[in-house]
Amino acid sequence: MLKLENKPLKVINLGLESFADDLKSMGVKVESVDWKPPLPVDKAMREKIKANYAKKIEPANRQALEIINSGRAFLVGMGVAREEVPGMHDNLILHAGPPITWDRMCGPMRGAIIGALIYEGRAKTAEEAEKLAASGEIEYAPCHEHGCTGPMAGIVSPSMPVFILRNETYGNFTYATQNEGLGKVLRYGAFSEEVIIRLKWMEEVLYPTLKRAIGHLGKIDLHSLISQALHMGDEVHNRNRAGTSLLIRQLAPALVKTMLDPEQTAKVLDFINGNDHFFLNLSMPASKAVLDPARNIPGSSIAVVMARNGTDFGVQVSGLGGRWFTGPALVPDALYFPGYSKADANPDIGDSAITETGGLGGFAIAAAPAIVQFVGGSASEALSYTLSMFDICFGESSSYQIPALDFRGTPLGIDVVKVIENNLAPVIDTGVAHKNPGVGQVGAGVVNAPFEPFIKAFEALADELPGSC
Amino acid sequence: MKVKASILKGKYLDSVKLMLISKELRSLSGIEDAVVIMATQENREILKSTNMLVPEIEPAQETDIVAIVKADDQQSADEAIQKAENLVSSPTLKTEQEKGNRKALTIDKANLKLNGADLCLISVAGKYAAEEADKALDLGLHVMLFSDNVSLEDELALKTKAVKKGLLMMGPDCGTAIINGTPLAFANRVPHGKIGIVSASGTGLQEISATIANLGGGVSQAFGTGGRDGMKEIGGLMLYGCLEYLINDPETEVIVLMGKTPAPDVLSKLWKLLSQTAKPVIINFLKPMEIPSQSNLQYTISLAETAQLACLATGIQTDPHQLTHNHPLPKLRAKYLRGLYSGGTLCAEGIQVYKAMFGHEPYSNVGSDENHKLEDGWNTLEDSLIDLGSDEFTVGRPHPMIDYSLRLQKIAQEAANRDVGIILLDVVLGYGAHPDPASELVPALEKLAKEIVVICHVLATEGDPQDREKQIGKLQQAGAIVFTSHNEAIEFACKCLKSARGI
Repeated sequence: MLKLENKPLKVINLGLESFADDLKSMGVKVESVDWKPPLPVDKAMREKIKANYAKKIEPANRQALEIINSGRAFLVGMGVAREEVPGMHDNLILHAGPPITWDRMCGPMRGAIIGALIYEGRAKTAEEAEKLAASGEIEYAPCHEHGCTGPMAGIVSPSMPVFILRNETYGNFTYATQNEGLGKVLRYGAFSEEVIIRLKWMEEVLYPTLKRAIGHLGKIDLHSLISQALHMGDEVHNRNRAGTSLLIRQLAPALVKTMLDPEQTAKVLDFINGNDHFFLNLSMPASKAVLDPARNIPGSSIAVVMARNGTDFGVQVSGLGGRWFTGPALVPDALYFPGYSKADANPDIGDSAITETGGLGGFAIAAAPAIVQFVGGSASEALSYTLSMFDICFGESSSYQIPALDFRGTPLGIDVVKVIENNLAPVIDTGVAHKNPGVGQVGAGVVNAPFEPFIKAFEALADELPGSC
Repeated sequence: MKVKASILKGKYLDSVKLMLISKELRSLSGIEDAVVIMATQENREILKSTNMLVPEIEPAQETDIVAIVKADDQQSADEAIQKAENLVSSPTLKTEQEKGNRKALTIDKANLKLNGADLCLISVAGKYAAEEADKALDLGLHVMLFSDNVSLEDELALKTKAVKKGLLMMGPDCGTAIINGTPLAFANRVPHGKIGIVSASGTGLQEISATIANLGGGVSQAFGTGGRDGMKEIGGLMLYGCLEYLINDPETEVIVLMGKTPAPDVLSKLWKLLSQTAKPVIINFLKPMEIPSQSNLQYTISLAETAQLACLATGIQTDPHQLTHNHPLPKLRAKYLRGLYSGGTLCAEGIQVYKAMFGHEPYSNVGSDENHKLEDGWNTLEDSLIDLGSDEFTVGRPHPMIDYSLRLQKIAQEAANRDVGIILLDVVLGYGAHPDPASELVPALEKLAKEIVVICHVLATEGDPQDREKQIGKLQQAGAIVFTSHNEAIEFACKCLKSARGI
């Protein structure tokens, strides 16, 4: 028997917005759904996930989020990749994103590998390097599979100095190279002489100078630096000016105390001061350091890695072990610098989306009003980006806060299930590389991750659950 | 001429918004035609038929929006595409800023935001609609499903679930309802009252409820069931459920039951249910038929009379001539009638009235007489009554009650035919409908040769947002003969034809 309470209706409207407008004009309480056609995911799989969410997935996610929230990343030292990075050897080159073979690599990544081989002394010319790179003698592996993260091409070769980070709560280590600055740089695929000379200077002057200072300090609390940087207008992906400044403040006394040569120390400070993105190569491994311990929690649907290699976009999920779920990386619909357009852009590239995975970057862009114009938007849009990410996150950060949201924690713990159910992809606040090696950055913007890797991960989660689809 | 196209990924706007954007682009100088549309398979067919299916949009996915423009020169084309991209991108941001809070992404979230909703009104594309309706029923919400192109199988599953839960599952293809005094989708502002309506037809429900209001009556509930509810596959689940509700509802003193004639099994179930009530029941199944002899049941095939009988039964003394307009019969330049309807049930009623007066059906795209069936509504013959809301016209475009462009095109086409003496139009006002139909029709009517007779039926109530009197005044000024009862409008048209033919 039909039950209809005779009282003023409250209506949910799904579809034609004019119907909701009419109801509003009559004073009816209406809530419109921001509806989009659903993602192509098997209905049986959706139902299986739904049936298991509260009992299996949610508790696992709660555990994962607690681990992420209790992590504390410290910069504890520096070393050379060959000695510090697990599994590194003379014929191994690490790259950004999910696994990829030489023949499928994009221009900037190939260029960066050519540069790395010249830098390592394995080749004298680009032609020689390219031949060696394609010969099969050189092995390639994702940074993420060796405790590293790398921006853009993300190349780590054996002789490169690396920062060493430790998550003090869980004892795990992560690594990243030193940031080279903007312009013609290896991470954008440049391999000209000036690039190699700079890399050598970074190895011979920057690295030992910083290593002495960090050694003198013992450790630097990056967690605290990032928290402060968010209150100073950084989201530590596309804006690292505050983070870099805070780092210099910490380092300066130690640099002076451990100084061997004033000229060189001044050059080191100048170099860091001239590169607003210096801190990016610390915010990235710091994010990884707190996310890694949340891996391998059975049933958890929280993403622990989002990374791009310029060809594929890859996602790793806590409950699904080391498997990569990939789909084509998209060419960002970004704001392009004068003289460049989307036609010049390389598909999305770099491990830097680890910051978004850790509740920073695009997820914290409401903290960085200064760059929203640079990425083509308004301050209110930035707020709306951050707010929207709460819909796909399992929880929020207990320490990274957004002043403009009354110090609410940033959205944290991308839940693959929520991405699919809400039909909303993570936003990534990223730079755009030119598709040709060595041209450098041609734009920046807030871009959405592609859905394909998340759909594949969702289906794999459903497969892992007991019962059939 | 230059054709330019663009694929807009990751954006979604409803078809009405896209239509408005298309319209805005077409108004730009140097633009011959422009379409902004979802790249579904159905829409590609439409693009193909209008020569707008260009290779550039081939890679678009079904969920992408595509913009295609035909322009006089490259610059106009580029500018129009740029404008399309801007318009498609901006609306959501604007509304978000206006509201200061974000819209819910799912029914679930919207339900939380409302602290428990009562009803979910769904008008998304048919292939997604059933799944969303199912989610709403699971949340314990009544559903009004405006979308069409939902399978019978899905309809049965949804209605079976709804009946089990004691919920309304109105539709698919339910255009009109008034629940607890709230008009939903295409509905008129009708006072609250004692007449309960259950209808398997949208415009039928609008015509009856509006006429009740115009006669001084009121409506307790007006349920729509969707046009297929009476078919044997669905078994009249909602007709039965709603009727049962009205029989037991203390507020309802008189019941109106209307729609296409239900299947025999369904009909006998309904008769059985009706035998349990002493409330007056006015029945209209849109064609003459026998009903059980029971003193409280009355039958008519006139929508106006359905409303009149219902009002009489509640004790309202209606003057049978209250709605009558005494227009003198005009002289016709030619002897044929073309009825261009936006309301399917009005068209069906028109066919019945015509048949009663001429002994056979007129030509139609929706009639039941095989000898007078038109292959499609574009190729009219002699006397033709066309339902412009039928599938061949509405796939991929908004309903003709919202979007007058198709009707304007048809008016021009019919007027150019020297055999046509009368054009008959229904002008539906109320919520959901076009905000100002006169603004679309008046320029078109003024262009028509003076000797063409235009008859308009304006379906409206005093409370409708469009201002009925103003609309009628503008149409009359443009030369139209206006009625506020459809039955009367079509009878008048038929009388004109008879007099012109000397019969």
